[in-house]
Amino acid sequence: MTLNMGPQHPSTHGVLRVALELDGENVVACKPIIGYLHTGMEKQAEYKTYTQSIPQTDRMDYLSPMSNNLALCLAAEKLLGVTVPERVQAIRVLLTELTRISAHCVWLGTHAIDIGALTVFWYCFREREKVLSIYDMVCGARMTASYFRVGGLAMDIPDGFLERCDKFVNEMPGHIDEYESLLTKNPIWLARTKGVAPISAADAIAWGVTGPSLRGSGVHWDLRKAEPYSGYEHYDFDVPLGKDGDAYDRFQVRVAEMRQSTRIARQAIDSVRKLGARGEYRLRDFKYVLPPKEEVKTSMEALIHHFKIVAHGFFPPVGEAYQAIEAPKGELGFYFVSDGSARPWRMKVRSPSFVNLQALPVMVQGKLVADVIAAIGSIDIVLGEIDR
Amino acid sequence: MLAPEHVEQRLREQFPGVAFERQTGEAVRDHTLYLPAEHLVEVCTFLRDDPESAFAMLSWMGGVDYLPRVPRFECVYSLLSLKHVARFTLKVRVPEEQPRVPTVTGVWPTANWHEREAYDFYGITFTGHPDLTRILLPEDWVGWPLRKDSPLGYEEVAFTHNTPGRMKPSPALKKLAPKKVRYRAQ
Repeated sequence: MTLNMGPQHPSTHGVLRVALELDGENVVACKPIIGYLHTGMEKQAEYKTYTQSIPQTDRMDYLSPMSNNLALCLAAEKLLGVTVPERVQAIRVLLTELTRISAHCVWLGTHAIDIGALTVFWYCFREREKVLSIYDMVCGARMTASYFRVGGLAMDIPDGFLERCDKFVNEMPGHIDEYESLLTKNPIWLARTKGVAPISAADAIAWGVTGPSLRGSGVHWDLRKAEPYSGYEHYDFDVPLGKDGDAYDRFQVRVAEMRQSTRIARQAIDSVRKLGARGEYRLRDFKYVLPPKEEVKTSMEALIHHFKIVAHGFFPPVGEAYQAIEAPKGELGFYFVSDGSARPWRMKVRSPSFVNLQALPVMVQGKLVADVIAAIGSIDIVLGEIDR
Repeated sequence: MLAPEHVEQRLREQFPGVAFERQTGEAVRDHTLYLPAEHLVEVCTFLRDDPESAFAMLSWMGGVDYLPRVPRFECVYSLLSLKHVARFTLKVRVPEEQPRVPTVTGVWPTANWHEREAYDFYGITFTGHPDLTRILLPEDWVGWPLRKDSPLGYEEVAFTHNTPGRMKPSPALKKLAPKKVRYRAQ
């Protein structure tokens, strides 16, 4: 029998359609069908300046907008050959780690709901709300942040921001304990995830799986350690690993990652404090970056730079660059080809969900239909990023 | 850490008959090597299996349209070695008349969807691909949207002035038209 799971099915996390060839309850073949949310972001980017593409990226993986912003900004900065000030790097690390926590909160809540544990969702969304209000505080938007800019940040962090983050980071480990007390030793949870949808390390690598899904199979690969960006080499944290590569291991890796993220966020807060609660938030290279508003009001040059950048954008050299970051879901990379104009000649997004979803058939081949639900939840996909 | 220069040198030693070409430019930030399409699969297989490079993962691949350059298209392959913590970029030039590249799905199965995406966007055919169909766009889509000569969106809305066949309302529509109501003068 052929069964269409989705595209309108709550457990497919959006508009994923999975065509299943079934023999009774057994999956004979599985084919994910995507594209229902395709909005042509890569094409649109060719008609926009680099900065104008930043709001687009919020809508890709809409659960982790800051990570998407960071990936685009880092790729553009690599193309320009510039490095942002240390303080900006620390703020970016702080916000992307909070993003990782909130993205994992949504993943945990929805994954648990798919399997039938409804309570976890309310706990997870409570903490996600706190991260969203931190976003709100820093940039005025809860989900579509667009806070990072090429060469820095849109504006400086507001007063009381670090205290707010402090409070959140101090509370979070206790909340993670709460989640774990609901799930980690729960016999129903174990029965539904232990040994379900396994993928071996060799298969995971061959299928290009990255992020927590790869680490769940026991592969030590984290871009924050392997190819440190944005000053991650200065932070002290561990890379949690799984063993069997099943849904339970992926669950444990992500939960452990949330704990590590609070550790990194704590160090980042200290680092920002040390560098000043107010201070440099942009590169002072006005060929690429908007000058501060106060200077625009007093200095002629700043006004000219402001006008030029708002009217035309910046002009990177002819060339190309690919930069990847460890987004909550895996390796998120942007590839820019520049022809020297203010708009990218080509923007290619390497999105982790797109690649990780490809491994779904490997995970569920010969398993049961109910396992497909657990498998989709455990890969942690966002369709906005798959279809772009 | 494995230096990309070392990989390039090793490739040149291993494949003396293949015309490799290093991409040069003002801001080419990643070490990139052009190679002829017919040698792509053997070079990729070597890079994957050779213990000194061990590019076990294909991070991504994608197409680029360089209109009006000849040959028009390029396929970019970004290789990743987890063992040696290194990246290496390979490129293949693809002519417009016969946009054909051998598939690398046999080397890295992950190439499957990436190649389908490149086919979907640019119409580049990957010979030997197990299931070369559109992936993100609807299967009945006409054209290759990411080509530079393809416009950004803009689907014309049918109005009376631009749809000659519909100048006269059909009798069926007439039936549905509201009845004339006569109002009494105040």
